[in-house]
Amino acid sequence: MALILFIEQLLNGIQFGIMLFLISAGLTLIFGVMGLINLAHGSFYMIGAFAASIVAGLTGSFWIALAASLCAAAIAGVLIEVLIIKHLYKRDHLDQVLATFALILLLSEGVRWLFGAFPLYLNIPSSLDGSILLPFNIMYSKYRMFIILIGILIALGLYFLISKTRLGIRIRAGQNDREMISALGVDISKLYTIVFAIGAALAGLAGAMIGAIQSIEVGMGEPVLILAFVVIVIGGIGSIKGAFIGSILVGVTDTIGRVFLPNFLNYFMESSNASSLGSSIGSMLIYILMASVLLLKPSGLFGKSE
Amino acid sequence: MIKERFFNKWVFLLLLSIPAIGIIFNEPYYITLATKVIILGIAGVGLNLALGYGGLISFGHAAFFGIGGYVAAIMSYHALNEELLFEIPLAISGSSEMLIIWPLAIVISAFFSLLIGLLSLRTSGVYFIMITLAFAQMLYYFSISWPSYGGEDGLSMHMRNTLPFINTMNPLNFFLICLAWFFIAIFITSKLINSPYGMALQATKQNEERVKSVGIETFKVKLIVFVFSGAITGLAGSLYADLNRFVSPSMLNWHTSGEIMVFVILGGIARLYGPLLGAAFFIILEQTLGLYTENWQFWLGLILILEIIFARSGIMGLFDKKNKL
Repeated sequence: MALILFIEQLLNGIQFGIMLFLISAGLTLIFGVMGLINLAHGSFYMIGAFAASIVAGLTGSFWIALAASLCAAAIAGVLIEVLIIKHLYKRDHLDQVLATFALILLLSEGVRWLFGAFPLYLNIPSSLDGSILLPFNIMYSKYRMFIILIGILIALGLYFLISKTRLGIRIRAGQNDREMISALGVDISKLYTIVFAIGAALAGLAGAMIGAIQSIEVGMGEPVLILAFVVIVIGGIGSIKGAFIGSILVGVTDTIGRVFLPNFLNYFMESSNASSLGSSIGSMLIYILMASVLLLKPSGLFGKSE
Repeated sequence: MIKERFFNKWVFLLLLSIPAIGIIFNEPYYITLATKVIILGIAGVGLNLALGYGGLISFGHAAFFGIGGYVAAIMSYHALNEELLFEIPLAISGSSEMLIIWPLAIVISAFFSLLIGLLSLRTSGVYFIMITLAFAQMLYYFSISWPSYGGEDGLSMHMRNTLPFINTMNPLNFFLICLAWFFIAIFITSKLINSPYGMALQATKQNEERVKSVGIETFKVKLIVFVFSGAITGLAGSLYADLNRFVSPSMLNWHTSGEIMVFVILGGIARLYGPLLGAAFFIILEQTLGLYTENWQFWLGLILILEIIFARSGIMGLFDKKNKL
């Protein structure tokens, strides 16, 4: 029984991690290539979820809604990059933090203005409803399994894109030496816009997929954004591989910690104390994880030392 | 910096005039508002010390602000309940004396800044921004899930903490108390940055390698300023708790860190009175935009973005063109 619960929670943790990966991949790419800290990245997650919910309401199709979330977030990404973010590449981190913080205020309030303060919903399509039987007699939600699969496919796709395609070569070159590749005739400003749009689209897709499990509301991107930061700091800023491993690590630690820490503490103290202490520490676990990683490796697991 | 000094006088006069207007027109709300500006200004002065003079971009000052706030609220909660705060190792009871709460808020937030600083200052650049953010969020989630002091709902205080001979419930008295603390914070900051230590600090901001090469331990230099900065912000937090007679986890939320940072940048980085000006501008903007539209945050965001893209050295920079930093 305990084993089944454990495996179930492990899968939940992986699903959570995969979702974090979709967000942190873009964040880490944007930082790696453009050197930009984008606090407003969580807003694309929110925009994707809202777009999906509205398109699903209009067309009735979950799949069109997913596609719409990708497009809407990418378009928003391009617009915001061209109008605002472009001015920030040459600024220091402080200006970037502040401007993108202001961008969050603007985008969150803008979405609230357009769609109201009530949460929206997105239904799981009937083909993904219900659960599937895994080995060891474990029943697990089909939809969550679907998220895990999509995430792994995207991770493979990104790996292929970065390591095998021409665009990927440019992105890697951009990470190494921005001035050199623009001197070699690569349209750097277009490259930046493309990278930003890819990052935004991935975050939008994550928002849409999660929108079917949680309610879709203004500000939904913020807690996720902070977790994505924790992920890329653990993984090493700029590294997609680090983002993947960091995401799974954070997702699993968080989920398992919250569920099992209260039970574990139960062996040492009264149950009411154990559950309150367990849940408090459980919610802090990933930050403790992050602090310990940074103590051992100040630039993350796969980051280049500064 | 003649112009900046001249400007500071005006800021000061403006500040005094607000409660005066409040008294004349019998609108205590204005006094409360001015008090809020002062307290947020103190928090900003604290952050400015690390961020402006030390170049340490801390995105986690909400932690210290919240810790100060919770110290004030928890002490008064225990004083009211007559429950002991600790039994082991010493029996310590709560207190609603500001003279006890202030030093306690300062010491405890200084202790936490020491701890967070020791860990965070091993990193630099973006990693430093992120790790300070993460520590603040850690405390935020702790405050939400720890049920003893209200958890997510926050903790209200029955009444404002007290001072001997002074009625702190009177808005004007409390305003003056906060103003006094503001000047103490300014005094400490200016003494600190103009001392030999302050020179080392500002040199470290500009070129850490060179400062190291003349034999100064830059880690220590940065740690000291981080502790001072956290302590000042913590004190502001305890005043803020007393102003609202309420603390909640939102004081520890990263939005608070962001806002304190906005005060500093808006006013002008590394300018003594900058944070106060920034806080005043922010609150005035919030109040006036709030009159016209529910979606004031949208316009606030827009104004901030434009400010960052076009007016780079803050409000003071606009008036003080010659002394651009």
